[in-house]
Amino acid sequence: MMDVLYFAWVRERIGLPRERVETQATTVHELVAQLRAREERYEAAFEDLSALRVALDQKLADFDAPLAGVREVAFFPPMTGG
Amino acid sequence: MHISVQEAPFDLGAASAEFAAGHKDMGAIVTFTGLVRDLPDDPLDAMEIEHYPGMTEKALQAIAQEARTRFGLGDVLVIHRYGRLLPGEMIMMVATAAPHRKDAFEGASFLMDYLKSRAPFWKRETTSSGAQWVASKDEDEAALTRW
Repeated sequence: MMDVLYFAWVRERIGLPRERVETQATTVHELVAQLRAREERYEAAFEDLSALRVALDQKLADFDAPLAGVREVAFFPPMTGG
Repeated sequence: MHISVQEAPFDLGAASAEFAAGHKDMGAIVTFTGLVRDLPDDPLDAMEIEHYPGMTEKALQAIAQEARTRFGLGDVLVIHRYGRLLPGEMIMMVATAAPHRKDAFEGASFLMDYLKSRAPFWKRETTSSGAQWVASKDEDEAALTRW
């Protein structure tokens, strides 16, 4: 089980800020594929990965990063602070 | 180092004065303040800032530590707000202290460049024509390559 968090328009498209996901995915790409296959709203959120960023246990990571030992995955658009 | 992620407004004068006090070995303090900018063609009702509690503090801490090491800063201050803000309100500030001005300026510039595209904040602007997430700019990402 993994905590999956969504922020900004990713959260709006999917319709929830976080959820617990049962997964066998070994990389972020595999987790994304699993989520996309669920429902149209996930497909809409993940259709363009170049517009998304991912953090594993609160650290920025790549989509091909392994998920072994990871407890929290977050998906969000490029950041716009400052 | 002082890092604060808060909803409440901050007092720029008081925060700057407090930061500047007690640094007898530092000859230069630079502060930068970011404000909510109104839109010329489509007046802004409000700006909402969302963040990732937990990761935000860690990311700011790491960026501040990197700035401190790289530019030999004596101290670093970062305050960043979230929630609903009105045009003209202060969003954030950074301050750097260094023995000489060059490192204080460069340290502040480095902090801002990294904070903009590596700290998990997202802005959404609300105008009379609706609400829109602010898109990141390619130039913000490109700004990181100069460091």
